[in-house]
Amino acid sequence: MTRQTTVEATGSRLGTGLGTEIRLEGVTKDYGLAAPAVDDISLTIEPGEFMTLLGPSGSGKTTTLNLIAGFETLTEGTISLDGADVSAVPPHRRNLGMLFQNYALFPHMTVAQNVAYPLRERKVPKPEIARKVAEVLELVQLTGRDDTHPSRLSGGQQQRVALARAIVFEPKALLLDEPLGALDRNLRAALQTEIRRIHREVGSTFVFVTHDQEEAMNLADRIALFNNGRIEQVGTPQQLYAAPETLFTARFLGDSNVFELGAVGTGGTVAWEGESWGVDPETVAAHPGVRAAGAIVVRPEDVEVAGSRDAVPVGANAVRASVRDVEYMGSYRTLLLTVGERGLLGRARVSALRGEYAIGDEVVLWWRPRAQRIVAA
Amino acid sequence: MSSNKIRWSGWLPLVPALALLAGVLLVPLGKTFVRSVSNPDLTLANYEHLFTDGVTMTVLGRTALTAATVTVAALLLGYPYAYLMTRVGPRARGILLVVVLIPFWTSVMARNFAWIIILQDGGPVQSAFELIGVHDVVLYGTNAGVTIAMTQVMLPFMVLPLFSTLGSIDRKLLLAARGLGSSPTAAFWKVFWPLSRGGVMAGVMLVFTLSLGFYVTPALLGSPQQSLVAQLLAQRTTLLLDFAAAGALGMVVLVITLVLVAWANKVGGTVSALGVVATGQPKERV
Repeated sequence: MTRQTTVEATGSRLGTGLGTEIRLEGVTKDYGLAAPAVDDISLTIEPGEFMTLLGPSGSGKTTTLNLIAGFETLTEGTISLDGADVSAVPPHRRNLGMLFQNYALFPHMTVAQNVAYPLRERKVPKPEIARKVAEVLELVQLTGRDDTHPSRLSGGQQQRVALARAIVFEPKALLLDEPLGALDRNLRAALQTEIRRIHREVGSTFVFVTHDQEEAMNLADRIALFNNGRIEQVGTPQQLYAAPETLFTARFLGDSNVFELGAVGTGGTVAWEGESWGVDPETVAAHPGVRAAGAIVVRPEDVEVAGSRDAVPVGANAVRASVRDVEYMGSYRTLLLTVGERGLLGRARVSALRGEYAIGDEVVLWWRPRAQRIVAA
Repeated sequence: MSSNKIRWSGWLPLVPALALLAGVLLVPLGKTFVRSVSNPDLTLANYEHLFTDGVTMTVLGRTALTAATVTVAALLLGYPYAYLMTRVGPRARGILLVVVLIPFWTSVMARNFAWIIILQDGGPVQSAFELIGVHDVVLYGTNAGVTIAMTQVMLPFMVLPLFSTLGSIDRKLLLAARGLGSSPTAAFWKVFWPLSRGGVMAGVMLVFTLSLGFYVTPALLGSPQQSLVAQLLAQRTTLLLDFAAAGALGMVVLVITLVLVAWANKVGGTVSALGVVATGQPKERV
């Protein structure tokens, strides 16, 4: 009850309640190297959305964020905020908040001076600055540290100050560049929760860059997965995990068993090393690449382990495998398997209650056709 | 007890340096001081003369003004130079470093005679001004000429501490300032400049205090009518053999320097010899 009233009270004063739409059209950044850093990206980030740009290092996600912030100039394409083209607007007139991995707090200013900085730059009257600084420090739970210098705070506290500074001026959107990358695991989890809460309370658009798929899944409303300067797939974390379009997406998010196929026809079955497997048409990715070269992806938790072919239900897809190793994970264990003639590495997650497996055991893996996903290889 | 012993032995490596310092600096300095206040009885007459002889105060004032001009000129030239050094690649940085260090590696006499040739009447500088229609630019034998030559020698003392300070400033801070609403100019003055203050302070102190003691350059490039304090000291020791008066003058210059250094330490963070500087941050932080 009390919790809700604070949320409403803070939201009404600090947040605008409405986020900004960020639209990228044909965005390209070419440094003149072998391949463009960002290659013809189009993406619409909805007002108030928590969008995560996920990808391996060098995939163009941070460059994209810097392009939105205005720290880099576009080679081609346009970026618009709420429909207004800002491609040529310098960063200090875009009115976007930014959070850096190394916090980028001004070491010669106190916490309060840091947080007040964007307000002073906007010539906000002094009493209002004092009020807003106090408010936002309360929001990030750093009340009473006003006169402390940033160097005397812990990493987590410093990032809270940076967060306060980035939202105090009610920016159109908040851009976060791997803000938790320098923190240890427990602190990361705590700050993830914190960032989600603040996102809810201020209701602004958040764009969060990370290479950590777990973090992306935890935080995001939607994920844009980057690969080689392009967006591989955009969707909710569930969509990306359960319905990947490409092998890259399937491999980047979570573990999977991958069976590479040749061209995938329109028939009801596919063949892999002499096995004939049923296909559920709904599990075939819409990606056009599937027709040329596809791959079957099955998540370890969807794979069942049987002692022999006789134990496999009718209609299930099955393959022979031998146990390579067993990882005990408490309530379940993960079998590492050698699958098929070419000795593919496979994984199956089995309940701890389901008997014992020893290294070298010959088993049969099986799964229902609707548990698999056929993606573009 | 044993911890005390360890503390004592910890100071041992300092003994040779301290012995040298005592022998060649502290003892002569003490002697000079004693001589400056004895006649042979205890007296402050030598110090009184400094204020009343009508020359010393003028020369001291002129020396301070020259040193201040050199310092400002070195800062104006050195700051952008040091900034550029932090922004270019390692190769270009090496070249910039060599260029600024050349006066260090040149003999004092060679350097000053070179300046005589450059600044003399009918020399290249004067000719260049003639070309653009400015006549009778006299630099040789003037304080302006001395200031120019001193600035060249002092530039490395400004550039090096500035370079080490500017290079340690996180560039992300400027991006952060831009993102928070500062124009490039505002970001520089509100973030970069305050963070570079320690280096500025170190460079300013080094250049100013060293500039107070220039002898050869003003002797060769200046004129006797516009002599600086080091010339006055030389005159009193080598020509007048008035060691007591020279000692008093030397003591005054020393005190001025120490007061300035103490003040800079208080204001601008810790100033160490070549400008490894704690910037802007509270002193109690370790």
